[in-house]
Amino acid sequence: MTALNRAGWRPEMNAAGGADDNVTFTGNRALMLEEPLIFEIGSTDTTGVDFDEPAPAADLGSLMRSAPIGLPGLSESETVRHYTRLSRQNYAIDLGLFPLGSCTMKHNPRLNEKVARMPGFADVHPLQPQETVQGALAVINELAVWLIKLTGMYGVAMSPKAGAHGELCGILCIKAAIEARGEDRRVLLVPESAHGTNPATAAFAGFTVEDIPATPEGRVDLAALKARLGPDVAGVMITNPNTCGLFERDMKAISDAVHAAGGYVYCDGANFNAIVGRVRPGDLGIDAMHINLHKTFSTPHGGGGPGSGPVVLSEALSPYGPIPYSARYADGSFKLVEEESAGEEHPDTFGRMTAFHGQMGMFTRALTYILSHGADGLKQVAEDAVLNANYVLRSLEDVLDAPFAGSGPCMHEALFSDKGLAEGFSTLDIAKGLIDEGYHPMTVYFPLVVHGAMLVEPTETESKAVLDQFIGALRSIAMRAKNGDPALKSAPHFAPRARLDETLAARRPMLAWEG
Amino acid sequence: MRYLPLTPDDRAAMLAAVGASSIDDLFADVPAEARLDGPIEGLPMHASELAVERHMAALARQNRAAGDGPFFLGAGAYRHHVPASVDHLIQRGEFLTAYTPYQPEIAQGTLQMLFEFQSQVARLLGTDVANASMYDGSTACWEAIVMARRITKRSKALLSNGLHPHYRSVARTMAKYTGDVLVDGDPSLEAGTDWAALADSVDKEVSCVVVQYPDILGRIDDMTKLAEACQAAGALLIAVVTEPVALGLIKSPGEMGADIVVGEGQAIGVGLQFGGPYVGLFACKSKYVRQMPGRLCGETVDANGKRGFVLTLSTREQHIRREKATSNICTNAGLCALAFSIHMTLLGEAGLRQLAAINHGRAQAAAAELAKVPGVSVMNDSFFNEFTLRLPADARATVHKLAEKGVLGGVSLGRLYPENDGLANGLVVAVTETVTEDDIAAFAAALKEVLA
Repeated sequence: MTALNRAGWRPEMNAAGGADDNVTFTGNRALMLEEPLIFEIGSTDTTGVDFDEPAPAADLGSLMRSAPIGLPGLSESETVRHYTRLSRQNYAIDLGLFPLGSCTMKHNPRLNEKVARMPGFADVHPLQPQETVQGALAVINELAVWLIKLTGMYGVAMSPKAGAHGELCGILCIKAAIEARGEDRRVLLVPESAHGTNPATAAFAGFTVEDIPATPEGRVDLAALKARLGPDVAGVMITNPNTCGLFERDMKAISDAVHAAGGYVYCDGANFNAIVGRVRPGDLGIDAMHINLHKTFSTPHGGGGPGSGPVVLSEALSPYGPIPYSARYADGSFKLVEEESAGEEHPDTFGRMTAFHGQMGMFTRALTYILSHGADGLKQVAEDAVLNANYVLRSLEDVLDAPFAGSGPCMHEALFSDKGLAEGFSTLDIAKGLIDEGYHPMTVYFPLVVHGAMLVEPTETESKAVLDQFIGALRSIAMRAKNGDPALKSAPHFAPRARLDETLAARRPMLAWEG
Repeated sequence: MRYLPLTPDDRAAMLAAVGASSIDDLFADVPAEARLDGPIEGLPMHASELAVERHMAALARQNRAAGDGPFFLGAGAYRHHVPASVDHLIQRGEFLTAYTPYQPEIAQGTLQMLFEFQSQVARLLGTDVANASMYDGSTACWEAIVMARRITKRSKALLSNGLHPHYRSVARTMAKYTGDVLVDGDPSLEAGTDWAALADSVDKEVSCVVVQYPDILGRIDDMTKLAEACQAAGALLIAVVTEPVALGLIKSPGEMGADIVVGEGQAIGVGLQFGGPYVGLFACKSKYVRQMPGRLCGETVDANGKRGFVLTLSTREQHIRREKATSNICTNAGLCALAFSIHMTLLGEAGLRQLAAINHGRAQAAAAELAKVPGVSVMNDSFFNEFTLRLPADARATVHKLAEKGVLGGVSLGRLYPENDGLANGLVVAVTETVTEDDIAAFAAALKEVLA
């Protein structure tokens, strides 16, 4: 193993004093710039902030901070350069196709950003007197009405902070409803193809998780599900469209069977982009479904959050939804129903699940996006997303194994497997090959039900020309993997880093600067 | 429809290529009774950028922005000046529109930033390690309680009465369903938390004690002895920090022996945003790292020996361990963590210390001024930038009267503890560097008037 060089990577100098042909003194490659850590370039005496006054003397006795903290500072100009340089080592949807299945990497409109930064939204405290935040409460309420109408549901809980938090909200509603009936049901059924958050959420809320098998067609096995239902089953968690990119044709029958057995139906709404404006989950018997505003409704993913996960609820579950929420009154005013008035207005609530009212900054962005598209535009979003995915599927199924392509069209994502690649070549190699072609790879090794899965979600954001080029690139890489091109095994060759040693990172964790 | 690049000709060509006669063919798996033909009724159609901006701006104008006048709210969310470069940098598309760094070769920007963020947070909170962030402080607090249960194999948590009531509510919600036992109570205006009694109540059934620092009333206390009592009983001390700027002036919880330190990072870089998105901080001693929830970024090397960063120890996480994961959390608060990290880099240690000292000085000046108002007393022996007043009247009503006079004068304890009459006259007042002397004078004058 090569020793770590804290000061960054530096080439060996050759005899003439210059760098080799293939390396530079700085480690930079023209616009590809190496950047040290702030701990290597900053100092604890430097600050990039000017204050109007000197620090006054303070006396808090023995609680005064005396030891150094070790936080490096940079001047503003250095700060701007540091983060700008770092940013250039990232791929992003602004740069090109980002076909991560189940992640819905669509264009993030800049009007959303502009609106979210209006002082009336950005510079408002969550505990201001309610008469001073009527516009903010109106935004929450207006978005809530859209979500309810788009899904055909009865109510919506707006406060969950992300998709998995929304799952937790829905599952707590189910638990509260079951307790209100005086029953004890401890099992949640979850398909093997589910996102990992589904079983993790069920366990986090104190449920036992059991698998639901899939049919060879990649859908829930209705007969097996029915056979397992009983007085100990609280409900099911189904993803629809599912993670194989397929619509669960039996969804209504599943819901009816679960309801008949006294359970509830949770739907993972991560893939709502495929059906928004065309299908209402409420028409399929769903009791609760989270909506990732950062997927279907274009709020930026931000390199891993913040997300936002409102949960639409059926009439049966709505009484148990969390506080606080924004209620509209007949006189047109809005009120936040929180602890003080919940006893009268929302007596069966399971309580609060986050400190304040949810991801307001995401609500303003999502509402801006929804108003931009309107009901007609959102329907077109789903149609274009599904058309783009089918175009990818049918353009590549001759070179990549598509395990479920024979059963009909896919929804918003196309699923391939690693079957037919040359000995020693894997899905990972194809992913890394795509990096060299200038694309972010698709989702790999998920869903778990398909060997070496590659899940491609192009979204409606991409033009036909972009898709044609991507299809050409993926076709080329697939052929190289089938023919055993050794160069593919060491891809990427042109990225800021080659393949990283993840085993080393886990075996000897270095999680903070120790210099 | 400005966000959709496919043309009618493209759509026709692509439908033909996939062998479909119309788009409806691609939705054939949807049961007929659930298929919608036209756009959903009762909803508006698409709109121009100008029209949408006009609509949203009208809603924004119906809010009183904090910057529109004297402003003194805190209680878990703090208004600080955020340098302009922070918001500019987080809007770079390579940060804003990237995904979770699952492909590290083309995500080193996000990953290195997360490594720097983790290092900054660990140093600020006085711990060995920190994760890549949580949703917010309140959910991080519950996750810490769950983590303590995993480590100690005990399920009784003692919550100090100084813990933010919303954080307590979140824990209560979850504990109802997980079987965890919580022992908690309301604070008192007259008496501080009884730390000795709290330490005495730590027995062999207790998984953790949760304290807030500074607490909901703005009080600051040394937690060293409590940490010792926890250690002696095999329990963990969890410290909650909702105002991280304080740690530029006062000792970190880690220095005083806290095992897990969680917090709300909003005060640095993120802004008020009516409650979200914020950024949860989560840090602990290194021996507990494999029990942590959430994403962790670690240093490694690439195939050419160059330093690089990856998400690591993911066998704790839901996408690998499913129902056996340490938490169901998937996302972090990436962009808010970036804002925190940039602001912290701009401040540096010297800037943070100065900012903290200015906050404390301004708060002392405000407390002295407000205490001159007839009938008003400051209830804190010690505070950083937030303190509690006892008014001669119900603070809820007073807050509304102050708002009518253009002053946002703090958070009433009646709103936070609606069922506790003993706290009804309490008002929590936060004073940051954004407050001017004129603001303090205006607040004092308005308070005198509405209480007269």
